[in-house]
Amino acid sequence: MGMEAGSRPQGESSMHAHAANPYLAHHFDTPQQQFESGKLAMWIFLATEVLLFSGLFCAYAVYRANHPEIFVWGHKYLDVTLGGINTVILICSSLTMAWGVRAAQLGRKRLLVTCLSLTLLGGAGFLGIKYVEYKHKWHDGLLWAGQYNPRHGDTESGHSPAEALLAGTPATQPAGAMQSAGMTPRGEGQPAGHAAGTIEPALRPFTASPAAPTVRPEAAAGQAPPTAHSESLKAERSMLPMAAVGPPGLRVSEQTGTYQLAAEQAPRQLWIFFSIYFLMTGLHALHVIGGLGAISWILVRSAQGQFGPMYYTPVDLVGLYWHLVDVIWIFLFPLLYLIH
Amino acid sequence: MAEHDPAHNAGTVTLAAAPPAGHVVPARVLLAVWTLLIVLTAATVWVTHFDLGRLNLWIALGIATVKAAFVLLYFMHLRYDHPLNAMWFIFALFFVALFLGGTLTDTEQYQAQLIPGYAPAMTEQSATRQ
Repeated sequence: MGMEAGSRPQGESSMHAHAANPYLAHHFDTPQQQFESGKLAMWIFLATEVLLFSGLFCAYAVYRANHPEIFVWGHKYLDVTLGGINTVILICSSLTMAWGVRAAQLGRKRLLVTCLSLTLLGGAGFLGIKYVEYKHKWHDGLLWAGQYNPRHGDTESGHSPAEALLAGTPATQPAGAMQSAGMTPRGEGQPAGHAAGTIEPALRPFTASPAAPTVRPEAAAGQAPPTAHSESLKAERSMLPMAAVGPPGLRVSEQTGTYQLAAEQAPRQLWIFFSIYFLMTGLHALHVIGGLGAISWILVRSAQGQFGPMYYTPVDLVGLYWHLVDVIWIFLFPLLYLIH
Repeated sequence: MAEHDPAHNAGTVTLAAAPPAGHVVPARVLLAVWTLLIVLTAATVWVTHFDLGRLNLWIALGIATVKAAFVLLYFMHLRYDHPLNAMWFIFALFFVALFLGGTLTDTEQYQAQLIPGYAPAMTEQSATRQ
């Protein structure tokens, strides 16, 4: 009896809604049913997104388990401040997105438009900072495997033993990369190019003499004003082993006789960190771009007054997507920037 | 159920027709979750100043998981939603755990020994264990 009393008005109102609500597709009985179907589909999509990213997280886990020293070393090239600011920006944009969904549910159009605009701003800010970070790495040649070709001479080179070890990289690079690194110096403008003549890549197969990566005096002496990043690297200098010794993990294998081979391999393996870094943050950045597109779309629609308590499904679903992008970054930030 | 009523009432007051499902998250809940997320972000950066060995990684992952849980439960409404939505997500996480767990078990068994000098830190670990 109670059920009947409860369900009859609902049935009536849904018939009204069919007539009154232009957004209710005819194959749904009620706006509620339509909303929940759409939401379930969105969650299924988000589940596939999690699985997509899990492939990269798996690659990260395998390489970090095998080469912890590479990750400890590599993360020093990432700026924790910029990464932290980006984390805060994404969290704030998640808040404005959730607030926007709330505004749509309550039928407050102006608040919805404001919230969506702020979310867009946050996403754009995130991409802007990401661009600064990428540009810096591009400039320094700290790129993925095939393009990994660290460049020295203007900011950090010659200071950090890590940099000195990185300088040895050309010796283990394929022939083509070797040429670009030192044999045939490229111009300044070349993204993956090497600063002409600042580093002499010494061929040092299976030797680990301290003199292996030769840094020319002028490279060490003539310095641009130190950035915060180079300051932090300098501060870490005492923690880093000598270039010829390699990362902490390499030292022990000296006893087993595999030291020299390992020392020669270490720079090559440092590609791995940057490959994983660019794959993970790059795929994430693509998702941010996609999210910005989707938010722009619902921003236009909400400015036209298309959303309200009766119909806000697109706002809610785009919001879910945007929050998932935030959640993924919440894991990427400590895993890439905060390695200890 | 009682806490759902005000929101639904607000919806019905604004609109004569039946409002679709959807819980309106109170503003103070959104703000509280946001504050917590910011505090936890600061905490995860702060904790890296201490060398806790392997524990650092687990603390970072733990904090990230708590943050993600709050985003999922409140910003993404999972706490108020039909459980089916959460089930889909948990299924995905379950398969991610299988995927990661299986792969890591395998790589930790063999990878370090396959190529001499390939994973020096891991050979070091297994040497100290024995």
